[in-house]
Amino acid sequence: MPIDIDIAKVARLARLALSDEELDLYRAQCEVVLEHAALVQALPTEGVEPTSHPLRRTNAFREDVVTECLDTEEVLAQAPDRDGNYFRVPPILEEP
Amino acid sequence: MKFEPVIGIETHVELTTASKMFCGCPVEFGAPPNTNVCPVCLGLPGALPVVNHTAVEYAMKIGLGLQCEIAPHSVFSRKNYFYPDMPKNYQISQYDLPLCIDGYIDIETDEGSARVGITRVHMEEDTGKSTHLGAGGRIGAGSQTLLDFNRAGVPLMEIVSEPDLRSAVQARAYAEEVRGVVKRLGVSDVKLEEGSMRFDANISLRPEGASTFGTKVEVKNMNSLRSVQRALEYEIKRQAAVLEAGEEVVQETRHWNEEDGTTAAMRSKEEAFDYRYFPEPDLVPIAVDEAWRSEVASGLPELPAQARERYRAQGLEPTTAGLLSREVDLGRVFEDAVGAGADARTVANWLTGEVTAWLRKESLLLPDSHLDGAALAELEAMVGAGDLSATAAKDVLGGVLSGEGRPAEVAESRDLIQVSDSASLEPAVDAVLAANSDAFEKLKSGDHKVMGFLIGQVMRSTGGKADPAAVTRIINERAG
Repeated sequence: MPIDIDIAKVARLARLALSDEELDLYRAQCEVVLEHAALVQALPTEGVEPTSHPLRRTNAFREDVVTECLDTEEVLAQAPDRDGNYFRVPPILEEP
Repeated sequence: MKFEPVIGIETHVELTTASKMFCGCPVEFGAPPNTNVCPVCLGLPGALPVVNHTAVEYAMKIGLGLQCEIAPHSVFSRKNYFYPDMPKNYQISQYDLPLCIDGYIDIETDEGSARVGITRVHMEEDTGKSTHLGAGGRIGAGSQTLLDFNRAGVPLMEIVSEPDLRSAVQARAYAEEVRGVVKRLGVSDVKLEEGSMRFDANISLRPEGASTFGTKVEVKNMNSLRSVQRALEYEIKRQAAVLEAGEEVVQETRHWNEEDGTTAAMRSKEEAFDYRYFPEPDLVPIAVDEAWRSEVASGLPELPAQARERYRAQGLEPTTAGLLSREVDLGRVFEDAVGAGADARTVANWLTGEVTAWLRKESLLLPDSHLDGAALAELEAMVGAGDLSATAAKDVLGGVLSGEGRPAEVAESRDLIQVSDSASLEPAVDAVLAANSDAFEKLKSGDHKVMGFLIGQVMRSTGGKADPAAVTRIINERAG
């Protein structure tokens, strides 16, 4: 069953600048994936418990105990840019 | 046309766990930037989150405190967005299967009482803190942004109300009540000014009597309970004006500006947000069985609604009882004082009046002051015995709060002890009666209007230290 996908929107959401050729290539590939998902979705699932994780485990917790943090100098040494103890990044115009 | 506001509130609460939601970095306000960070909260490749057990229990407490059901099965999801305050490029949150659902709280205002539905309470992680720098390092519309990830990963609860609120006053009462519940639960320090509790509102207007909703606007940046009310009052007027002009309200996010008392639209994206939620593959689901639920439920403290009822039964006014029930520190001192034999109403009025005003002025919390229940009871006993006037008692209260000593010591050192024994007062009364013989004659002939004047003269001549009741008694004796 054919599925339409707005591949340009997907690219925008992922902040990917794709050429028209690339958009066509990925559209075709994504459509195959979505068609497969549609097949799975069409299966009768009444009485089947939804799976939210492949492991059949729940409640993997840690105790509320403070552990050692990284050294700030070491952390900031990995950053493309810094200002004192801060990471420095290009300006942000919008709130999330 | 008359419009009815429809308001729902989202509340974010930072928990006071020792460590973050998914890693062992400390939760701490005001640490030097980027000192409380590790591979997990910095989103370094290969690092894996593990859920903080205490944070889940705190979240359950909030849910139970808001009369929610605890979901037997709940799941973490990824909320994807491009914004540098989360180094992972997503926030771990809950989406379709939150931990707590379907609760309520009751609020009481001058407009009456109302039940406000709680849609859900879910767990997530807080973001890092960004500071926007402009040209020359100026904070403002920026040329660069500085990031501190100490806050990234701090356990954050989101409490979502139903759109049940119908006025700005109700919205504030709701915010106060939620804050009171969380405070009593002891799972957050609920400091609005430090951002450990934050309120956002969704508000729309509709013609009175209509059952459909109008276009809603999200209002952010309300940093105090007062600004919740002010921002919504402003927004109601603004939207009413738009609608009355025959125009349409634009669906957008608006920022409250405390200084000029207005809301303004934030720059919005051309495209609606699409967070592309999906189940977090790094975390297994949370299963809460009845045993765990009831264990947490049995550890819940008394909630504001229950305390309020007890205080009302002790004869307190609704507003006073409400304040003492939400401000748990005040409530404790109140109960200690009443337990020590003090009159409930007198003590409650001091606590919600002078004491609250003093704490606000000094920017202190009650435990930082020197006041306790025993001191309040002692003070109240002094007033009851006629040793202190009501006015002097307030003076003494200030001294006790600032650590000058017990009430008796403060009254002594500030020379406020009231004179009520006849032997000490009679000479002063006689002198006043002699100096004001006209008034005294009027009194004797039955004109009681001059009584106040005569008492005032005695108060003046004794420097305000005479007990007015004793003075009245002596004057009446003299008048025969």
